[in-house]
Amino acid sequence: MILFRKNFVSRFFNLIPLLILFFLVCSETNFNFEKLSFLSFNLIYIVIFYWVLKNPDILGYGFIFLAGIINDVVIGLPIGVSSITYLVLAGFAAYVRYLTVEPSIIYDWIVFVPSVAVTNSVYFYILRIFFDIEVDYIVLALNAGSTILLYPIIGILFNFLSKIIIVQKNV
Amino acid sequence: MVTSRDDFSIAIRSAFLKKGTKQKFSLLALIIVSIILLSLEIINSKSLNFVRSVVKDVIYRTSFITSIPGNSIAPAITKIQNYFEVYEQYETVKSKLEQLENQQNRINYLKVENDKLKKVINVTDIYNYESITTKVLVDKKSPFLKSVILNKGFNSGLKKGMPVLDGHYFVGRITEVNYLSSRALLINDLNSKIPVLIEPMGYQAIMSGTGDKVALLEFLPKNHQLEIGNLVYTSGTDGIFFPGVPIGRVESIEKKFHVRFFSDLSQLYFANVITSKIIESEQ
Repeated sequence: MILFRKNFVSRFFNLIPLLILFFLVCSETNFNFEKLSFLSFNLIYIVIFYWVLKNPDILGYGFIFLAGIINDVVIGLPIGVSSITYLVLAGFAAYVRYLTVEPSIIYDWIVFVPSVAVTNSVYFYILRIFFDIEVDYIVLALNAGSTILLYPIIGILFNFLSKIIIVQKNV
Repeated sequence: MVTSRDDFSIAIRSAFLKKGTKQKFSLLALIIVSIILLSLEIINSKSLNFVRSVVKDVIYRTSFITSIPGNSIAPAITKIQNYFEVYEQYETVKSKLEQLENQQNRINYLKVENDKLKKVINVTDIYNYESITTKVLVDKKSPFLKSVILNKGFNSGLKKGMPVLDGHYFVGRITEVNYLSSRALLINDLNSKIPVLIEPMGYQAIMSGTGDKVALLEFLPKNHQLEIGNLVYTSGTDGIFFPGVPIGRVESIEKKFHVRFFSDLSQLYFANVITSKIIESEQ
């Protein structure tokens, strides 16, 4: 019984990043403050980048792909756009993971800047060139800026969660 | 960090081709699948549309369920705030009621007069149309795209292009129809272009969404004399929308003319979808 409870708690903590990701794409929860347009940010990018970088076994690529499909359907974009952008971001994170010897939140933050820039460019060009959907690139740039600025704060919170996951695993 | 060229290529290969211990798919394989899905979006076949419609219906319903906790918190906060503002609201409502009573008397008189004049010029009532009331199922406020998901689809007779109203005010049109749900593109979306009529001058223009709470007026006639506060209606020149449905008032922002909507597009809970052309009134 104790073993079962330990397993259950450990699995639950393992599932938290995945639950956050699916909650963000499925629900109406948004971080777009209408009165302050520069304060809209993309928490999904932070979740994907952080967990693929730190612990890719927790956030599988298949789930990231699925989250992208759901996001496209909910927002009303052509199916596949968000999946590609999320997977490109995951690719950046995986690439950095293979190259990094000593990970630190500051280094991750610096790498997050070009990753978001490239990811948003992919998103913008797919919508604009292939589907002729107008996207305000200034809003997109502001959104990317806010997301980048927010990364260390959310990163610290996720560090706590990451430590809890490791502790629960070793109990 | 390692800097040699071989290590970079190994890292790229590992990132995109390796599956990892618990991963079932490689990144590259999933990117290819995403590209294939994107290509399928361009193909418009009956069977594909059916599959899309089913997938979307399922995801919309799931999204609606997952949004319930978040949506129930917001009204609770508003309720608490309202308790603190009750007296202030009472005073405002009281003065507004007096104003409305006066206005109502005037409207009653104008209505009688309007009916008489209509009979003279033989015109049908623009509000005589068949509509379906729908509930906004999901309103994911993306900073880039402005649309809402409605809880009725082609099983209720909804079709692409049908106008969507909030009360009597025009707010958008249907752009996607599934079996049980549909998507309405709002007039403030960047991709929305609506032909409008500006009264009392009778100018025709195109109203383009800006992604904000106002829309931009484009293609106005040269040397126009537009004034702030002029009323904007649908012109119906495209043959899709009815003429004379109110949209908003003209406003000037940074030397450009905009339309401030009558309806608050961020607060849509119910919407009327117009399913038929105007019903001819009995002569």
